[in-house]
Amino acid sequence: MKTFNRIVMVVVYAFLYSPLLLMVFFSFNSAKSTSVFEGFSLKWYGELFSSSDTLEALRNTLILAVASALISTILGTLAAIGIFRVRSKFFKQTVLAVTNIPMMNPDIVTGVSLMLLFVFVGRLIGLTEYLNFWTLLIAHITFNLPYVILNVLPKLNQTDRSLFEAAQDLGATPSKAFFTVVMPQIVPGIISGAIMAFTLSLDDFVISYYTSSGFQTLPLKIYSMTKKIVKPDMYALSTIIFVTVLALLLISNIFQMRTEKKQAGVS
Amino acid sequence: MKKSTNVFLNAPYVVWAGIFVVVPLFIVLVYAFTDANGNFSFDSIIALKDYWNNFLLSLLYSLVATVVTLIIAYPFAYALSKTPAKTQKIQMMLVMLPMWMNLLIRTYSWMNILDQNGIINQILLSMKLKPVTFLGTPGAVIFGMVYNYLPYMILPIYTVMAKMDNSLVEAARDLGCNGFNVWRKLILPLSMPGVISGITMVFVPSVSTFYISQKLGNGKIMLIGDTIERQMQALNNYNLGAALSLVLMILILVSMFIMNRFADSTGEGGVVV
Repeated sequence: MKTFNRIVMVVVYAFLYSPLLLMVFFSFNSAKSTSVFEGFSLKWYGELFSSSDTLEALRNTLILAVASALISTILGTLAAIGIFRVRSKFFKQTVLAVTNIPMMNPDIVTGVSLMLLFVFVGRLIGLTEYLNFWTLLIAHITFNLPYVILNVLPKLNQTDRSLFEAAQDLGATPSKAFFTVVMPQIVPGIISGAIMAFTLSLDDFVISYYTSSGFQTLPLKIYSMTKKIVKPDMYALSTIIFVTVLALLLISNIFQMRTEKKQAGVS
Repeated sequence: MKKSTNVFLNAPYVVWAGIFVVVPLFIVLVYAFTDANGNFSFDSIIALKDYWNNFLLSLLYSLVATVVTLIIAYPFAYALSKTPAKTQKIQMMLVMLPMWMNLLIRTYSWMNILDQNGIINQILLSMKLKPVTFLGTPGAVIFGMVYNYLPYMILPIYTVMAKMDNSLVEAARDLGCNGFNVWRKLILPLSMPGVISGITMVFVPSVSTFYISQKLGNGKIMLIGDTIERQMQALNNYNLGAALSLVLMILILVSMFIMNRFADSTGEGGVVV
């Protein structure tokens, strides 16, 4: 049984990583091919960084991800607090059901429905171009909001209501009691919601594909690159993304382990 | 607790979700039942009959992909939950890491590997074997779905398995249960919630994909996502695109309903995300 388990794990990891490792390997190819290795070279990386297109796409992606994560975090946190405080069960259930829609719907349906909204409104007010940066930003905020709300709401449900009341009994105003007692307890939820929103926005292709024109993000750029003939420059770009993601994950994991160790030491 | 504070907190999100989540769904409905001039018409709905094959193909491919994913993910998640607790966290990170790469990149990489002049065929040629055409076959598209969404299946199943109390297994064994029965009567029912949520998380993106079929299907295989993409982006037939999206939405709602009924009947239910 043990050997069987081990074989399963090795095979699955090989399956998951072989295309990524091949991609890294061929990004250093001196030839134009992505299947015959002729020699080591960094020329595709050079080509990538000298193309202003790619750098602009990268900048656009970051602007969009930061803006949409920021707005959806603020809006989503307010909404989570609001949903938590409302007494009406009907209201709560309705709002949560609507919140679930963008998460349950496939991306293509979310993208198409938003695109049709923008086309509909655009025609109504007589525009010729329906899609731009702002429609893309609206779309990203819309699909980020549920993730922020569903990260913050459980933290609110965990808070002890009597602490909030005790603070008020001791003379704090409701808003002061909220910011000094409740807020610190839900900050981890807000942060993980914000990080999730940021990464979802960075990675999104399908919804952006239907709600943007002109404003090119990295996934959209990759899409247009993969429509042409295969060249290792795309592999170079992917390798850079891969190494960045790996580094970020490692750093966050080490950071997490350290804080856990510290907490274990204190208690 | 002032009522006005609640209104102030809820209003922005309620307005936002109303305009950008609920209204767009109604607009899909409006477009599906009108023609290009905005007049009421059943043309797009009637035209759907030409796309039956695409729907059936999507359904078939994504069902096969979901089953294959489950067959790979289940033993893997089990094996993972049996490794030392210290390494499990890092292993989980390793499983999720490929998901952080854009789907486009992952699919594109497979396209190059499976290509007529790709690395697999290069190896076959060097061994004096005949090259194989992978791209454009149903197998390649299903393969792409399995590869891209496998972590979505592993994650929820692993989560329920890791939480499982090992003393239950020991108790069952003490009471004379053999290996297969332990699995069938104990582990399988307890892992059902994870399996159900894994199935939904793989099925929904598979059935609606268009990039995987575009690249690995070599343009020969048109799934429902491809037909929507073509109507919306290339042909600008928003009405037909809306009608197709509407059917896709209904298809997924019905599948989820069936899944939930199935989940309820196993006595566990609930989606663990």
